[in-house]
Amino acid sequence: MLNFELLAPELTLAATAIVVILLDFVIDRKWWLAAVSIIGLAVSAGFTVAMWGGGSLALFNNMLAVDSFALFFKLLFLVIAALVILASTGYVAKFRRFQGEYYALVLLSALGMMLMAATAELISIYLALELTSISLYVLVGFLKDPKSTEASLKYLLLGAVASAVLLFGMALVFGFTGRTQLGDIAAAIQGMSLAGVLASPGLIAGMVLMVAGFGFKIAAIPFHMWVPDVYEGAPTPITAYLSVASKAAGFAVLLRVFYSAFGLPTWLSLDWGLLFAVLAAAGMTLGNVIALPQTNIKRMLGYSSIAQAGYLMVGLATVGLASAGDIAGRSGLLFFLASYALTNLGAFIAIIAISNKLDSDLIQDYSGMIKRAPVLALALTLCLVSLIGMPPAAGFMAKFYIFSGAVQNGLLWLVIIAVINSVISAYYYLRVVKVMWTGKPASQAKVPSSMALRVALAVSCIGVLLLGIIPGFVMKLAEMAAQMFAF
Amino acid sequence: MDFNYLSVIIFLPMVGAAIIAFIPGLSNRVIRWLSVIFTFVPLALSIYLFAIFDRSSGAIQFEEKLSWIPAINAHYHLGVDGISLPLVILMALLGFLVVLISWKIDLRPREYFAWLLLLETSILGVFCSLDLLLFFLFWEIEVIPMYFLISIWGTGRKEYSAIKYVIYTLFGSAFMLAGILSLYFATGSLSMVDIAQGGMAMVQSVMPVAAIFWLLLIGFAVKLPVFPLHTWLPDAHTDAPTAVSVVLAGALLKMGGYGMIRICVSIFPQVAREFALILIILAVVNVLYGAAITLRQTDLKRLIAYSSVSHMGYVLLGIFALSQVSLVGATMQMFSHGIITGLLFAMAGLVMHNSKERDLRKLGGLARQMPVIVVVFSVAGVASLGLPTTSGFAAEFLVFVGSFTSAAVVGIKLWTILGVLGIVITAGYILWMLQRVFYGPPLEKFNKVRDADILERVYMFVFVAVIMGVGIYPAVLTDIIKAGVMPVMGLLGG
Repeated sequence: MLNFELLAPELTLAATAIVVILLDFVIDRKWWLAAVSIIGLAVSAGFTVAMWGGGSLALFNNMLAVDSFALFFKLLFLVIAALVILASTGYVAKFRRFQGEYYALVLLSALGMMLMAATAELISIYLALELTSISLYVLVGFLKDPKSTEASLKYLLLGAVASAVLLFGMALVFGFTGRTQLGDIAAAIQGMSLAGVLASPGLIAGMVLMVAGFGFKIAAIPFHMWVPDVYEGAPTPITAYLSVASKAAGFAVLLRVFYSAFGLPTWLSLDWGLLFAVLAAAGMTLGNVIALPQTNIKRMLGYSSIAQAGYLMVGLATVGLASAGDIAGRSGLLFFLASYALTNLGAFIAIIAISNKLDSDLIQDYSGMIKRAPVLALALTLCLVSLIGMPPAAGFMAKFYIFSGAVQNGLLWLVIIAVINSVISAYYYLRVVKVMWTGKPASQAKVPSSMALRVALAVSCIGVLLLGIIPGFVMKLAEMAAQMFAF
Repeated sequence: MDFNYLSVIIFLPMVGAAIIAFIPGLSNRVIRWLSVIFTFVPLALSIYLFAIFDRSSGAIQFEEKLSWIPAINAHYHLGVDGISLPLVILMALLGFLVVLISWKIDLRPREYFAWLLLLETSILGVFCSLDLLLFFLFWEIEVIPMYFLISIWGTGRKEYSAIKYVIYTLFGSAFMLAGILSLYFATGSLSMVDIAQGGMAMVQSVMPVAAIFWLLLIGFAVKLPVFPLHTWLPDAHTDAPTAVSVVLAGALLKMGGYGMIRICVSIFPQVAREFALILIILAVVNVLYGAAITLRQTDLKRLIAYSSVSHMGYVLLGIFALSQVSLVGATMQMFSHGIITGLLFAMAGLVMHNSKERDLRKLGGLARQMPVIVVVFSVAGVASLGLPTTSGFAAEFLVFVGSFTSAAVVGIKLWTILGVLGIVITAGYILWMLQRVFYGPPLEKFNKVRDADILERVYMFVFVAVIMGVGIYPAVLTDIIKAGVMPVMGLLGG
């Protein structure tokens, strides 16, 4: 039986995207497009919330899972997309044409991400990933200036390579297990012996290639080469979108695939757990060290997002090392993603407003911003403090939560590397703070910001503070989501 | 307890900060008076708590406990005992006095007072928290206002000093966080009280206890500071604005000593005993090395800053001598050093502000222009070198007696005697400093320099009254501290 009502959030979003494109032809006041998109996202979120707690269900022969895990991510993507659209309104007004397409593509990529979080089958994972990626390739090139075009092309080419690698990995896994459905793959692997797998290492190779493919999405080292250029060249709202949503989607898939398909037997999960631990250590160290000398704030945040992916992979490593019933790694990862999304969005929203006025992304041009735009500067300071991982912001709780899971599973060494990395990162984040608070303003002109942008900024900053001070509720949601895996 | 005294004390300054920061259009005058109100009420409340504190009991009093984050078993758990209450009063008192000291700040006063009040909230929070996560939260929050206060309102290489301070502190707290996570993993609890009272058996079974002890200790050692982790201190103190130096030396360093007693000694009594000798040697190095370096300083504030390194050595000595008297002495020393060095920095600030000169080689003969300041500065100076009838004497005497007679550590007599030598050097640099600043032939260029005004005399008087009061009748504090130290001695088993 087909339970189409379970697809309500996705169908709503697809319909909204089409409506937005059509509306673009007939209306002149383009802010309606943003309004319709927000309404569509809200309705979709309503459906998602209504399904929460409905148990683990599946669609299309176990191709799509509707479990708390998927719903948690769907809600996260919807909130992110809504904030990005709110923050885009002023920015998009600069485009003479294609505003409808801009919003529609944001919605379509959100749709792809929602499917990514829900799919439990290799081929549909690939399809959802491509739906997301192709929308994003176009969005990155939307400015049509040389930098943006270069970014788009780079993203497209490297993304295509990553997709090919991913497909190859999937093909190998399929070849050795004969299945594409994650639950079936798990069953097939458990039927194999350690000696058998070692004798023909294709399965392991497939697994590693899949890590490489997804590693591109989450900007894990050494698959991060695209990040700084694309972040710098893309329209700033899209950079924000890429840095949080695309990363979260990658982690959603990684978590589901590796926990569901390769979670057992233990020798296998220990393997990839350690693989992620090494990737995590490399990612945060390199990301932070390379971020130190950056002078462009978008590039700096690009490298910072590589480092943040490293912290997130501490959670994945924990999942690999933990026993199957232990949700510490998974819930920590989910909570971290939520808090990272709000924090990074908050930072980028402030940057959007400032760069709209300054037409520059150089850190030195933020000089004296506290006098020109006190609210924006304060919000940006809060978000940077959160990225360092200092209280009372969300980043602190997220790190505490994810690291406590890691310590419980014997990863104290990784946690020590991670906390020292946080200290390194404080240096470059605080450099921006220093420039904003102690520098001399280049001019007295105030920095304007649209109402929609202010709403988006307020939502993310309040979220950052709430998650930092009373995180209990979201932690509870993350725990429920971590428990409810359909497959 | 119906009224949540501690929450009110901790969060009132923050409320004040929020009002000052977010209500537009307040005049500088209103901002100052708001700061006075929002720091005076916590001070009054903390003195009230001091009055009604049950001195016969070593238990945690005025406790508040609420579930905070159920997912990780964290509680909003506050409470004070005889060790923390004097430090709460110290911070509340300094918090109030630094508002007066900052009265003449006219660079961005709105932000300045907001950060100053936020700083007070975070330090008070550290002294009252009984939950490790809450403790760590307050511990970290303190870094942010400190960073802004030094880098915006400081002097000299202020931005360098500010970032150096932040990086050192975060480096220390990174290790502390790893330690707290390990403790949490081993015991499943974040409550300091529960862990101290019997979580250790569980810890031993999971990971080496000594490793956790050292992880936590590094965090506290950076803050105290312990040689060789002290190099942030002279820079931060020297370049910070006067009021911030007062808080920094007066209350902030004590977070380190307090953490050592509350966490390192109370939770790991056996390990503390095992490593006591190493830490005592470090303490003596702190005292002598700090004092020797102080002798060479030519900058007024830097000299006082280095003297803090030396004096914090006594705290470390008292803590790890692990006897009842020495622990009481260490806590006394924290309180007394807070007041004395606070006054020293305030006086140094006045001298610098009024004479526009901070180089000892260029100062001189100011006694004629500053008859009041010279007296108060001298009182603070002789208190710092431990003259009887000042609080400095009571505190250092207790530390030395307690350490000398301690049975916990082998060979401690020798180390204590070496430590006492520090007093001699202290006398040297304090008297030398006073002489260079105030005596000698009067200099032409300082003819127009003025003395302290009424407001400044008011806060000087408060400082001196506390120094002399505690010095003449130390039992006012030692009674209460003893009540707090008793349970720690119980944990130490002797």
